[in-house]
Amino acid sequence: MAKDSIKVRLPGLGGQGAVTAAHIAATAADTDGYFAVSNPFFGAEKRMAPSESYVRIGTVPIYDRGEVIYPDIVMIFHPQVITMGKSYTMPFYAGIKENGLVIINSDEDLLTDVDKKILDDLNVKVLTRDFTKFAIDQAGTELATNMAMLGALFGALGTVSKPAIEEGIKDRFLKKYTASGGTATLDSVIEKKFKKKKELIEKNLSTASAAFDLTAAWAKEVGLAQILEPSKNNNGNI
Amino acid sequence: MSKITDMTATKNWSGQTLVTADHMLFEAPRTKHFMTGSEVLKEAVKRCTVDASVSYPITPQSEAAHLIGELWAEGYVGMYFRGENEFGVMAEVAGCAMAGSRTITTTSGPGTLRAMENFPQWSGTRIPCQLILMARGINSPLTIQPDNLEVTFMLETGCMIWYAENVQELFDMSIAAFIVAEKPDVHVPIVTVVDGFFVSHTRESVMLPEDDIALFPYEPYKSPLPPIDSETPPGRFLRDPFVMKSNYISYATHASWQWEVRSAVERSRPYAEHFLGGLLHETGDLDAEIAFITCGTASHQAKEGQRELAKLGIKSKVIKLRTIRPFPTKELVKSLEGIKHAWVPEFNVVGWLEKEVKTALYGKSDTNIIGGPRVAGGMSLPAEAIIQEVMEVLNPGKGA
Repeated sequence: MAKDSIKVRLPGLGGQGAVTAAHIAATAADTDGYFAVSNPFFGAEKRMAPSESYVRIGTVPIYDRGEVIYPDIVMIFHPQVITMGKSYTMPFYAGIKENGLVIINSDEDLLTDVDKKILDDLNVKVLTRDFTKFAIDQAGTELATNMAMLGALFGALGTVSKPAIEEGIKDRFLKKYTASGGTATLDSVIEKKFKKKKELIEKNLSTASAAFDLTAAWAKEVGLAQILEPSKNNNGNI
Repeated sequence: MSKITDMTATKNWSGQTLVTADHMLFEAPRTKHFMTGSEVLKEAVKRCTVDASVSYPITPQSEAAHLIGELWAEGYVGMYFRGENEFGVMAEVAGCAMAGSRTITTTSGPGTLRAMENFPQWSGTRIPCQLILMARGINSPLTIQPDNLEVTFMLETGCMIWYAENVQELFDMSIAAFIVAEKPDVHVPIVTVVDGFFVSHTRESVMLPEDDIALFPYEPYKSPLPPIDSETPPGRFLRDPFVMKSNYISYATHASWQWEVRSAVERSRPYAEHFLGGLLHETGDLDAEIAFITCGTASHQAKEGQRELAKLGIKSKVIKLRTIRPFPTKELVKSLEGIKHAWVPEFNVVGWLEKEVKTALYGKSDTNIIGGPRVAGGMSLPAEAIIQEVMEVLNPGKGA
C-alpha cells in the first residue's frame, strides 16, 4: 500500500552532489504539491569524505528532521559508501523499512549473500547500476551523476512529474544560490564545462529524464509496488 | 543592487516602504517560497531596516552571516563588518547597539562560548540587539552537528530567549524579536534560537511577505537609557569607580540593576503573547492525558510521535514552548491540567529543559514529568524512540 509519507537517505561522498540532489528532489516534490523537506548532514568539508543528505516527501505535513534512521529508500551515490563504510550508518541499509527500495551507483554487484537475504526478507528491491557512466554518456561529465540518481529516484516513485524535476533543477541553477566554498567551486567548474547555464540545465534535465525512464521501466519489470501516494494537489503537473 | 537613498518618513534607505510589525507579520499578503533557515533569515533581516551587523562567518556553522553580508552589498543593511573573533564580534555588536543601531549577528557552538562574557554585559547595558543562535555541539572532540547544550549557558545571561521550531517560525520570530526587544519597557537583548542543521540547513516551504516593505527603523531616543551617556546608568556603571568599591551603595546598585534586567525580560510577556500568539503552543489531542513539553526541533519530533501514537489509539498533545526567557510558567501549569505524564524530549545530554520545567512546576502541578528521550552530538530523535519511551511507562514490560 502506498504510504502518505516516505523518507529517503542519500549517502554519498563530498563533491558528488548528494546534498544538491536532495534539495532539488524536495523542491520538485514541493512543486508537485507534496509536503517536502530536505536537509544535509556533513562534517568539515572534504572531497570524498562521507556526506549524507535526506529527503522527506509526503501528502501530510512532515515534522521529522535530521538523519533518516528508518528510510523507505536508500540511494548509494558511490561504491565506497559500501566497500569502505563511508556511511553514517552501517550497514548502509540499516533501518530500511519493508517494501523499500535501494538504488546503488556501481558498475558491479556489491551486496553479499547476507545483505541480499536481509533485503529480500523485507521485500526491498535493489537497483544496481553505473549511474556515473550513465551521466558521462548522457551529459559528458561525471558531475551529472547526481542528476542521474535524482531521475532514478523519481522514475521509481512515479508520482513526481518531469516538469516538477525541471522546476527543481532550474531553481537550483538559475537563482542566486548560497553555497559553501567547496560547493561554489564545483558550481563554477560545471558552469565552465557547459559554457552556458542553459546548456547546463538542458544536459542535467536530459540526464535526469533518461534515468527517470530507465528506472520507471525497471520498476515495472521487477514489480515494484507504488511507494508514495500520489500528490493531492499536483498543481496540474501530472 | 538597491539604490541607497536617504531615509524618509515613508521609505527606508533602500526604498522599501516602512510598515509596522503588525502589518508585516499579520496583514501583508504572503507567497510561498522554498528555502533553508539561513536563507530565510536573510529574508527576515532584509525586511527589518537593520542598521548594523557584525559577523564572524564560518562554514558549516551556517551561511546566515555571509547572507547578511550580501544584504549589505545590496544596500539593505546599513553597516556590516567582520570581527576578528567571536568575542570581538559580540563586543562590537554591543558598540553598534549602544550607539543607537538596530543590530543583529549570528553564532553557534564553540563561538557562543568564546563570546560568553559579552552576553550578560549586553543585558546589563540594556541594548536591544538580536543574536540568532543556531545551536550546535560544544563538546570535544569537536562537532559541528546539532545539539543544544549551549543554550543552557545562555539561560541566566539576562537576555530574552525565544526558540523557533522551523524555517517559518525563524522568519516570523526574528522580525518580532527586534520589535519586542526595542519596547521601552523591555529594552534588553534577545537571543532567537534554532537548532543548527535541523533548521539552518533544512530546505522547506515558507510563506513570506513581499520584500518591498520593511519595519520602521529603531528609534534610539525611545530607549529607557540615553545612548552612550557616561553620566547615567549603565554608562556610569561602566565608567564610575564607585562600583569597584566594596560598600553598601555599590552592592545595592548591582543587585537592583540585575533585578531590573530580569524584570525587563518579564515585562516582555504581553508583547511576546501578541506577536507569537502565546508563549506556548499546543497541538494534538487537547483532551489527552499524556503530553510532550518541547522547544525547537524536539517539538517537530514530538509531533511525529503524537501522530504515530494517535494511530495506535493513544491520545497525546505537544506543548511547544516558544519562549524560554521569560519562561511560560503560568501557561504551562494551565496546559498540564489533566495531564498524568509529560515527557521532555531534548537534543542534549543534560536535559536543561527538563530542569527548567521541573523548577517552574515545583509545587504547582501534579503531572509526572519524565526527562527524555534525549539524544545528542548530532543524533536524530526518531518518533520511534519517543513512542518506545511512552510505551514503557504506559505499558510496562511490553514495549511498543
